[in-house]
Amino acid sequence: MTGIAQGCAYGLIALGFVLIYKATEVVNFAHGEFMMLGAFAVLAFSEALGWGFWPAFVLGCLSIAVVGYLVDAQIMRRIIGESQASIFILTVAFGFIFRALAGMIFGWNTRSLDTPFDGKLAIGNLVEISYDRLSIIVATVIFVAAIYLFFSRTRYGVAMQAASQNQLAAYYMGIPVKRLVSMTWAIGAFIAAAAGALLAPVTQIDTTIGLLGIKALAGAIVGGFGSIPGALLGCILIGVIEPFADYYLPGIKGVSAYVVMLVVLFVRPEGLIVQTYQKKV
Amino acid sequence: MEFLFKTAYNDDIRFLARTGEKIRVALVMILMLAAPLVLQDYYLAELGLMLVYVIAGIGLMVLTGHTGQVSFGHAAFLGIGAYTHSILLSYGVPFSVSIIITLLLAGLIGMALGRSASKMHGFYLAIATLAFGILIETVFGEWASLTGGHMGLAVPSLKVFGVSLTQVWQQYYLDLLFALIVIWGVSNLFRSPTGRSFLAVRDSELSARCLGVNVEWVKIQSFGVSAAITGLAGALLAHHLTYLAPEVFGVLESLKLMLMIVVGGLGTVLGAIFGAIVVSILPVGLSFLKDILPPSIGQTAGIEPLLFGLIIVLVIVFEPGGLYGRWMKIRFFLETFPYYRKSSFVRQKSYLKTDRMR
Repeated sequence: MTGIAQGCAYGLIALGFVLIYKATEVVNFAHGEFMMLGAFAVLAFSEALGWGFWPAFVLGCLSIAVVGYLVDAQIMRRIIGESQASIFILTVAFGFIFRALAGMIFGWNTRSLDTPFDGKLAIGNLVEISYDRLSIIVATVIFVAAIYLFFSRTRYGVAMQAASQNQLAAYYMGIPVKRLVSMTWAIGAFIAAAAGALLAPVTQIDTTIGLLGIKALAGAIVGGFGSIPGALLGCILIGVIEPFADYYLPGIKGVSAYVVMLVVLFVRPEGLIVQTYQKKV
Repeated sequence: MEFLFKTAYNDDIRFLARTGEKIRVALVMILMLAAPLVLQDYYLAELGLMLVYVIAGIGLMVLTGHTGQVSFGHAAFLGIGAYTHSILLSYGVPFSVSIIITLLLAGLIGMALGRSASKMHGFYLAIATLAFGILIETVFGEWASLTGGHMGLAVPSLKVFGVSLTQVWQQYYLDLLFALIVIWGVSNLFRSPTGRSFLAVRDSELSARCLGVNVEWVKIQSFGVSAAITGLAGALLAHHLTYLAPEVFGVLESLKLMLMIVVGGLGTVLGAIFGAIVVSILPVGLSFLKDILPPSIGQTAGIEPLLFGLIIVLVIVFEPGGLYGRWMKIRFFLETFPYYRKSSFVRQKSYLKTDRMR
C-alpha cells in the first residue's frame, strides 16, 4: 500500500509532465520544482494567514498555477521551434532558478507542514495505511477523474485536445492556441503543487524534493509518455518496485527507478503503450 | 567586403577559405603557443583545463550539435575515460597505450549505447542518457574494488614515452596537442561522406533515409565518435584532477557540458570552443558579480545557481544561436559595414515541430 501511495505521488507529478508534453511537446524538467514551490507556497500561506490547511492549499496551488502560466506566456512561447536540446536546457535552468529562489526566500532548512491527515486507517489486520498516504491516493483519483471530465466534456478541454493534435489546424478553427497552451501549463503546475503539498507530511519540505520529479519522469516513460493512463500505471509500478529493489539490491539503492526505465526503454523504445506513428510522406 | 572566387575544386572544402579566418586562427595559435611564457602557473593550469573542456565539448557537439541526438549523460563517458585511463596507468600500462585503450573502450560503450538509442528519439533519448549517466555514476561509487568507490582514486603522475611531465607547462602543451588533433579531426570528419550523413540525419531522418543513409548505423557511429572524444577528454581531465571521485562525473557535469555547447552555439566546432571559454570564465564572473551586487543580495546563499540559471535562460531566449550566432552577426556587420540591417538575421516564423509523428 505504501508503494502504491508513493507511486500515486509520482503519478500526480507525471500527470503534469504528460499534460504539458501533450500540449507543447516540451518536457518540463522544472516540474519537480513546481512541486517543491507548491509545497513551500502552501506552507507560507498556512503560516501567514493562519486559516488552516485547506484555504492555504487552494491559494498555494493557485499561485503556482499562475507561475506556470507566466513561465509559458513569457518565456517558453518565444522559443517554439528551437532545437530540443535548447529547450531541455532551458527548463533545467528554470529548475536551478526556482530552487535557488525557494532557498533564498524560504530558507535552506527542512521544514514540515501541518496537515489534517494524522493517524492510520486499518481495515482488518491485513491493510494498514496512514491518512497522509491515503490522501495522496484519493487526490490522484480525484485529479485523474477531473482531468478526464475536463478533457472530454468541456469546451476548453476539447479545444486543448485539438490544439495538441495539430496546432496549425487549431489556429484555423479559431482556437486561441497560445492561451490554451499557457492554461495547460497552469493546470500542470497546479497538479504538481497539489502533489507537493500532499507529499509534505511524508517527505518534509526541502529545496531538493524537486528531484522526485525526475523519478516521476522515469515512471511516466515506463508507461509511455503520450498517454495519461499509461504514465500513471508506470508510476505506480515504479512506486511498488522501488522499496523491494532497495531491500533486495542495496547496491542500486535510489536508482532502481532508472534501471527499470532503461530496461523498458531497451526492450520497448517507446514505452509500454505506444503513441508515436510513422509519418507519411 | 571580401568575395570568394573559387578557382579549384578543393576550394569548396577548404578549412579556412577567407584571409581573415587564416589571420585569426594564426593569431590564436601563436597566443596559445606563447601562453606558458606569459602566464603564471595557476592561469596556465586553468587554460589547460579549458582545453580539456574544449575536447569534451567537441565530443558532445558531434553527437548533439551535428547529429541531433541529445545526450544528458555525457559526463559518464568523461568518467569512463578518466577511470579507465587512471586504472590502466596504475597497473603500469604506458600512457600512449593506455590512452588508445581508453579511446577504444569509451567508443565501444558509446556505440553500445548508440545501438539501443538509435531506436529512440527526442526526449526518450534525453531521459535514457540521463539515466545512463546516473547509473554509471552509481557504478563508479559501488564498484569499490576497481574504482576506489566514494573514497576516490589517486591518478598516477603523467609520464609520456618514459618522460615524466610534472611541470604545468608540459601538461599544458600535451592538452593543446590533443585539442588541436581533435579540432582538426572533427573538422575533417565533417568534410567526409560520414560526417555529411551525420548532418543529414540531424536535419531530417526521413530525408536522410530516402537518400540512402543508414540512419541507425549513422547514430551508432556518431555515439561512438562522440564517446571516444569525450573519453579522451576524461583521460586528460584525470591528470588535472589528480584524484577521482564518482560525484565529479554526475548529472551536474553532464549539464555543464550541455550548457557549454548550447551557450556556445549548437552545430559548430567553434561553438564548443566558445562554450568551453564561457564555462571556464563563468565562476570568476559570478564571484565578480557577487561582489558588485549589494551585500544583502550578493551574500545570500544560493545566489550562484540563480545567476547560473538566469544566464542560460537569457542566452537561449535572446540568442538561440549561442555565442557563435552572435559572433556571426558581429562579423557580418563589420564585413558588410554600411549594409547591415536589423532584418538581416530575422528568422522565419517557426511552428511547433512535432515529434509524435516521425
